[in-house]
Amino acid sequence: MIHYRSILQRVALILSVLTVLCFDQGVFAQDGKALFQQNCASCHAVHKNLTGPALAGIEERVPDKKLLYDWIRNNQAVLATGNKYFTDLYAAWNKTAMNLFPNLTDEEIGAMITYINSVPAPGAATGTGEAGVQAAAAENDNSLIFGVLTLILAIIVLVLLQVNSNLKRLSDEKEGIPSYEPVPFYRNKAYIALFAVVLFIVGGYYTIQGAVGLGRSKDYQPEQPIYYSHKVHAGTNQINCLYCHSGAQEGKHANIPSLNTCMNCHMAINEYAGEKLYREDGTEVDGTAEIKKLYSYTGWDPDQKKYVNEPKPIEWVKIHNLPDHVYFNHAQHVKAGKVACQTCHGDIQNMGEVYQYSDLSMGWCINCHRETKVQFEDNKFYSIYEKFHNDLKSGKMDSVTVESIGGTECQKCHY
Amino acid sequence: MEQKKYWQSFGELNNSAAHQQNAQDEFKEELPFEGFDDKGLGSATTPRRDFLKYVGFSTAAAAVAASCEMPVKKAIPFVNRPVDAIPGVPNYYATTYVAGGNAIPVVAKVRDGRPIKIEGNELSSWSKGATTAQVQASVLDLYDTARLRFPMADKKEVSTFDAFDKMVGEALAGLNGAPVVLLTSTVNSPSSKAVIAEFLAKYPGSRHVQYDGISYSGMLLANEASFGSRMIPSYAFDKAKVIVSLGADFLGTWLNPVEFQHGYTRGRKVDPKNPSMSKHYQFESMLSMTGANADERFTHRPSEIGVVAAALLSAINGQGAAGISDAALKKGIEQAAKDLAANKGQALVVAGSNDVNVQLIVNAINDAVGSYGTTIDLVSKLQNKAGIDAEFAKLVEEMNAGSVGAVLVYDVNPAYDYFDAEKFIAGLKKVRVSVSFNEKMDETTELCKYVLPANHYLESWGDAEQKAGYISMLQPTIAPLFKTRQWQDNLLKWSGSAVIYADYFKNFWTTRLGGENTYLKALQDGVVESPAMIMGFPSFNGGSVAAAVAAVGSAKKSSGTELVIYQKATFTDGRQSNNPWLQETPDPITRATWDNYLMVSPALGKSMFNIDITNPTQADEYEAFPKKPVVKVKLGNKEEELPVLIIPGMQADTVALAVGYGRAEAIGRAAAGVGKNAYKFAVSNGTTVLNTAAVTVEKTAGEYKIATTQTHSSYEGRYEVVKEITLADYTKNPTKILDARAKELEPWGGLENYEKDGTIYPVFDKPGIKWGMSIDLNSCYGCGACVVACTAENNVSVVGKPEVLRAHDMHWLRIDRYFAGDPNDPNSIQTVFQPMMCQHCDNAPCENVCPVAATNHSSEGLNQMTYNRCIGTRYCANNCPYKVRRFNWADYTGADSFGDNMVGGKGENDVILMMNDDLTRMVLNPDVTVRSRGVIEKCSFCVQRLQEGKLAAKKAGRPLEDRDVKTACQQACAADAIVFGNVNNAESAVSKHRADNKNRLFYVQEQIHVLPNVSYLAKVRNTGEISAHEQYGKPHFMNEGGHAAEGGHH
Repeated sequence: MIHYRSILQRVALILSVLTVLCFDQGVFAQDGKALFQQNCASCHAVHKNLTGPALAGIEERVPDKKLLYDWIRNNQAVLATGNKYFTDLYAAWNKTAMNLFPNLTDEEIGAMITYINSVPAPGAATGTGEAGVQAAAAENDNSLIFGVLTLILAIIVLVLLQVNSNLKRLSDEKEGIPSYEPVPFYRNKAYIALFAVVLFIVGGYYTIQGAVGLGRSKDYQPEQPIYYSHKVHAGTNQINCLYCHSGAQEGKHANIPSLNTCMNCHMAINEYAGEKLYREDGTEVDGTAEIKKLYSYTGWDPDQKKYVNEPKPIEWVKIHNLPDHVYFNHAQHVKAGKVACQTCHGDIQNMGEVYQYSDLSMGWCINCHRETKVQFEDNKFYSIYEKFHNDLKSGKMDSVTVESIGGTECQKCHY
Repeated sequence: MEQKKYWQSFGELNNSAAHQQNAQDEFKEELPFEGFDDKGLGSATTPRRDFLKYVGFSTAAAAVAASCEMPVKKAIPFVNRPVDAIPGVPNYYATTYVAGGNAIPVVAKVRDGRPIKIEGNELSSWSKGATTAQVQASVLDLYDTARLRFPMADKKEVSTFDAFDKMVGEALAGLNGAPVVLLTSTVNSPSSKAVIAEFLAKYPGSRHVQYDGISYSGMLLANEASFGSRMIPSYAFDKAKVIVSLGADFLGTWLNPVEFQHGYTRGRKVDPKNPSMSKHYQFESMLSMTGANADERFTHRPSEIGVVAAALLSAINGQGAAGISDAALKKGIEQAAKDLAANKGQALVVAGSNDVNVQLIVNAINDAVGSYGTTIDLVSKLQNKAGIDAEFAKLVEEMNAGSVGAVLVYDVNPAYDYFDAEKFIAGLKKVRVSVSFNEKMDETTELCKYVLPANHYLESWGDAEQKAGYISMLQPTIAPLFKTRQWQDNLLKWSGSAVIYADYFKNFWTTRLGGENTYLKALQDGVVESPAMIMGFPSFNGGSVAAAVAAVGSAKKSSGTELVIYQKATFTDGRQSNNPWLQETPDPITRATWDNYLMVSPALGKSMFNIDITNPTQADEYEAFPKKPVVKVKLGNKEEELPVLIIPGMQADTVALAVGYGRAEAIGRAAAGVGKNAYKFAVSNGTTVLNTAAVTVEKTAGEYKIATTQTHSSYEGRYEVVKEITLADYTKNPTKILDARAKELEPWGGLENYEKDGTIYPVFDKPGIKWGMSIDLNSCYGCGACVVACTAENNVSVVGKPEVLRAHDMHWLRIDRYFAGDPNDPNSIQTVFQPMMCQHCDNAPCENVCPVAATNHSSEGLNQMTYNRCIGTRYCANNCPYKVRRFNWADYTGADSFGDNMVGGKGENDVILMMNDDLTRMVLNPDVTVRSRGVIEKCSFCVQRLQEGKLAAKKAGRPLEDRDVKTACQQACAADAIVFGNVNNAESAVSKHRADNKNRLFYVQEQIHVLPNVSYLAKVRNTGEISAHEQYGKPHFMNEGGHAAEGGHH
C-alpha cells in the first residue's frame, strides 16, 4: 500500500515538473522591426531619406522622449504647439504631412526605436547589429532559464527520492520490517514506467508537431529565374502592390504580372544603381544583369529601343501553394475585407527574393478569421444583418468578426 | 386526395418483398470483404495480424511519401496579357449552340481560356435564357477525345490545309461537269447561305440538299399545300387555353422545345388569386414526356394517328368522333373537340407525325379553331428543319445511278440515320469525290475519301436564324484545339475566294447592320432581333383535306404489334451520343441510362413473358434485378435483339424504341457498343419517312442488364412526397393542402411554431442570409436539363453503366418520376415529376450521425459537406430521409494518377477511363473540388456561385440581390420551375414565391421535423374529376405490415 502511494507521489512530482517544462514561455518582447515595417517603412528608412527623413539617431536629435513619442503618435498636435525643431523639420520636408498613429503604445514605440538603433549604417560592419538584437532577444526569452532550472529541480527531486527510499529501507530494516531486495534504479519498474511515459509524451509531441508540419512550407524561398527584389520595387521605390498584382482586387488570384507590365517601367530603367543587393547566401546580385535577363525574356533590345526577339514567358517558381480543396479568393480579402498584403505575406517590401511568410495552415486562417473585424458599418452588404446591428447599438456586441458572420464554417473555403 | 397512391416502381405499387428489402437497405450490396469464408476471421485469407501489418506498413509508407520533398510548381504569367483576360476570373461570351439546324442562343463561361459551362442567353426573346440537356452537355463535346484532329485523305493525315485544298481542288476540277452536291443538315445561317450560293455558282449544275435525320417534311409539305410555301410556323403555347397534341413531344424533342416549354409554362402558372391554366390533351401511343405532363391523356394504335386526327376534325365540325371504336378514346376526342370549339382563337393543335396527310388534317383543325394568327404565327417561321425526304431520296437514286460527281457532307450522317442506310452507302461508294466535314469519324465520314473536320461550335464564327427575324451570332470562345477548319472556309476556298470566313462573316454583318459598332454590339449581345411586321397571313387552302382524311383511314391497322421510334428528351437524335453526361442522364419516363430498349405495355409483358406487374412476386422477378428479357424485333429483313422494359401508359399493342444508339466504334468510347440503331426501323410511305412501323416481336431466351435508377432511392414507406391537386379542387377549396398541413402539424405547434415546438433541440439563428429554394411541380416536365447543368457546374463524376447497375449513380439532382393510376389502363396513368436534391434541412439527420463532423450546418442554412474531412462511413447517406447523398466508390475523375488503374482498356470501367483524360478534364470547373474515392458528396446549392455572388455584392458595397445568385439547375430550366434566393429577405423572389403560393406550398416529409430549406408547390392538374383508378393498389398497401403501416398513417 505504502509502496504504491510512494510510486504515485513520485509520478505526480515528475509530471508536475514536466508540466512546467512544457509551458512555452512565449515571446513577450515587442517585435520592433515588424512594427516599424508595418507603420513607418512606407515613408521612412533608417539610414536613408525617403518620403520622410532617415530615422537613425533620432533619439540624439530629439532627446525629450515624451515629445518624440507625442510627435510619433500625433505630429499635427505637436506642430500646433509651435515646437521650433519640428516646425522647421516640417518646412524642410515640403510640409508633407505625416500619418497619425494614435494607437501606438509607449512600449511599441520603444521597441521600434530599439530596432532603429540596432540597424547598422550601410558600409558599417554587418552582423554586429543583428547579433545585438539576437542577444537582446535571448535575454528577453526566459524559457532557457526556466528549462535549466526545471532540469536542476528535477535532478534534485530524483536525488531526494532516491535518498528517501534508501532512508526508508534503512528504517524498515531497523524496525525489522522485511523489505524487498533493493533494485538498481535502472531496473526499477517505476522509473522505467516513468521514463516510458516521458518518452511517449515528449516523443509524441515532436512527432505530432512534425506530422502537422508535413506539407507546409513556411519560409520556402526558392531561387527564381530572375532575382526579383520586392525590396527594390515595393520598398525602396514604393510601387503599389496592386500596380503589378492587380488581380488581387478582381478575383481569386493576385497574379504574377505579365511581362508587358514589367516593361512599362523597364523600357526606361535598364540598369540598377541602388544599394547593393545580397542573396541569402551572401553573394552579391548584379541588378543590371537581372534586368538584362528580363530583356532576354521579352526580346527587348535596350539599344535600339524596340522588341527584336520572340518573347518567351518566365517560369517563376510558385511559392504559395494551397491544396486543391481550399478555395481562397484574394478579392474577398483585399477588396471586400481591406486586409493589407503584409498581414499574410509579411514584410514583403523588405524581402529580396520572396519567401513564404505564413505557414498557410488552416489554424492560421481560422485564427485570423476569429480576430479580424469585417467592414460592418462601411459596406452596405452587411446591412442585412439586422440582429448584429441592433446588438452593436445596444452594446451587446462590440464588434463583428469574420467568425460571427460565419467565416469559420467549412463551406466558406471548402467546396 | 390523401389516398391517391403514387409509385415509382411496380414493387412500390405492390409493396413487394424486394421493395421492402430495398427500402431497408441504403446500400444494396454487402461490404466487399474478399477472401472470407464461413470459418471466421482467424482463418480468413487476410487475418487480423496481416491486417495490422498492412495498416502499419501503409501508415509508414504514407509518412515517408508525405515527407518527401514537395514538388516544385511553376507559375507562368502571360508575356502580353490581353486586357480582359484576368487569370482566375471567368469571361462570358455570347454565342449560339448549333446542331443539325437547331440553334439556341447561349453564353459560354470561359475560364482561363477554356469554355467550361454553357448558359442560355437571356437577351434572346424566344429562348429567354433557357437551355436543354443537349446544350448543357455540348461543352463536353468540345473536349471529346474521339474528335478528328487533322484533315485526311484515304484515312491518312494530310499535313497542311494547303495540300488538302490542292488535292480536293484538283479532284473537283477533274469532274468534267458532273454535278457537285452539298449535303448538309438544315442551314439557317444567313452568311452560310451566301457562302453556299457563291460555291454553287462556281460549280454549275451543282446543288445543295438539306437532310434532317429526324424529318419534318410532312409538316413542310402540308403547309405548302395549305399556305403555298414550305415552312413551319412558330407556335405560341402561352396563348392557348386548350392544347391538343397528337403524339407531338413538344416539351421534350419536337421542333423547338426550349421555346415551347417557356410558352407552355406561362399558360400554366397558376395565379393563386384567380386559378386558371391551359388544358392539355395528349393523344399518343407510347408514353412520351409531354404525354406524362398532360392533363388528359388517351392512347391509340400508332397507325391510328390519322384516324384520330380526322375524328377530331369531324368532332369539331359537329359530326362526332367518326371512325373511332374505342369508347374511352372516342370520349376523349369528343371532349377535346368540345374544349377546342369552345376556345376558338385560344386553341392549338399540334401533331408529331411526319405523314403529310395527318399534318394536313391538323392544319384543317387549326384553321377550324382559329389558331392561325392567334396561337400559330405564320410570319416568324421556325427555320430549324427544312429537309424534304423526297429530295434526299432523289439524291440517293442519283448517287446509285452514278450521276453525282461529288458529295460534300456536313453535319449529316445518313449512313447511320437514314432508314435505307444501305442504299445510301452503296450510292456514296459510286460517287467519285466524297468529302466529309463532320467532326467525327462517324458512319458516313468513314466512307468518304476526303475528310476535313469542322470546328466545334465553340470554336466557330457564324450566325443562325432559328426563327425568321431572330438572328443569333456565333463567336469563337477558344482557338481550335485541333487542326480543323470551319466548313464555310472550305467552301470559300474551293470556290476560289481569297477571304477567310471570319472576315467574310464580319463584312456580311457590318454591311447588313450598318456599321462596325452595331456589328460588335451584335456579337457582344449574341442576338439581333428584327421580327418581320405581321402584315396579314396567307389564307388557308383546305382543298386537299378531304383526300387526306380518306387516305389516313386506310393506314390504320387493327391487329399486330406496332413500333414507335422516338427521341429521348435527354438524348434526342443521337448527335451527341458520345457524350457521357447525356448517356448517364436517366430518361424521364423509364429512368434508364446508357441504353435503348423496347418500351412495352404491361399487357404485352403479361402475354409475352407472363409477367403480371400487379402480382408482387412476378413484378419482383422482373423488376428487382437489372436483367430484362430480350426480344427480337423484325421488320422485313431487318431485325434486332432488344431488351424490354414494361412501362405503364403504353398502348397495349405498341412498342417503342429510342433513336441515337448503336453507334460505330469510332464515335467514341461512351457511344460505342451502347444500344441498337432504331433508325433502320423507320419506313417510307413514298413521300415521307415515318417513325412508326408494323413489326413482329418474338421472345428470345436472352437476358440483358439495363441500368435504371428509379428503384435506387426509397422513402421507406413515407409516401407523402409529392402532392397534387386538381384545378377544380383547387378552385373550390384553395386551402386544401394548407389545411391538411396545419392539421398534421397541430400537435407540434401548428404551422407557425412547428420549428420551435416540434423539437427539443434549440433553434439556431440565421442572421443575414438564409438560402432557400422553391420548386413548382406544376412547371417541372422532367426534361433533365437541370441534371446535366448540375453535372457540368459541380464536376459530378460520370460513373458508367456498370456502376449505375450497382446503384452507384452520382447525380446530385435526380428527377423522380411517380406514376398514379391503374397500370393495366394506359389512359389512367398520371405522372408526376419531382426534382429531388439535398434539402439542406435545418435539422438535418445526416449531420448528427457524422462521426467526424464532415457534414454540418452553416449560419446561412446550408448543409455543408466537407470532402477533405469525410472518412466515408456513409452513416449520413443511411440517415438521409431523402436519399440524396452519393458516395464515391472509386476515383472516377482522377484514376489515372496511378498508371495501373488504367490497365484494362475495353471492359467494365471503360467509361470511367474516358473521363480520365487530360483533354476531357479541361471541362472541369476549377472552383469546385474534384472528389476522390471514399467521400460522400451531394448538392451544395452551388455554394461556389453563392460565394461568388456574395463577393460581387460586397465588392460593390450593396446588399445581395436575386440576380447575384442563381443555381445551375435554376439557370438551365426553361420553365422557371426552380426559384432560389435569400429567404430572410421578404422581397426576394423565393420569399415571394412561397408567400404568394402559400396554398400550394409543402415540404417533403415535413412531419419528421427535419426542416428542409427546399419547398415545393403542389402540381395542379387541369382535370375536373379525380380518376376512378386512383384508389388502385390501396388494398395491398394497407394490408401489408411494417413500413406500409407507417405510410398508411399519413
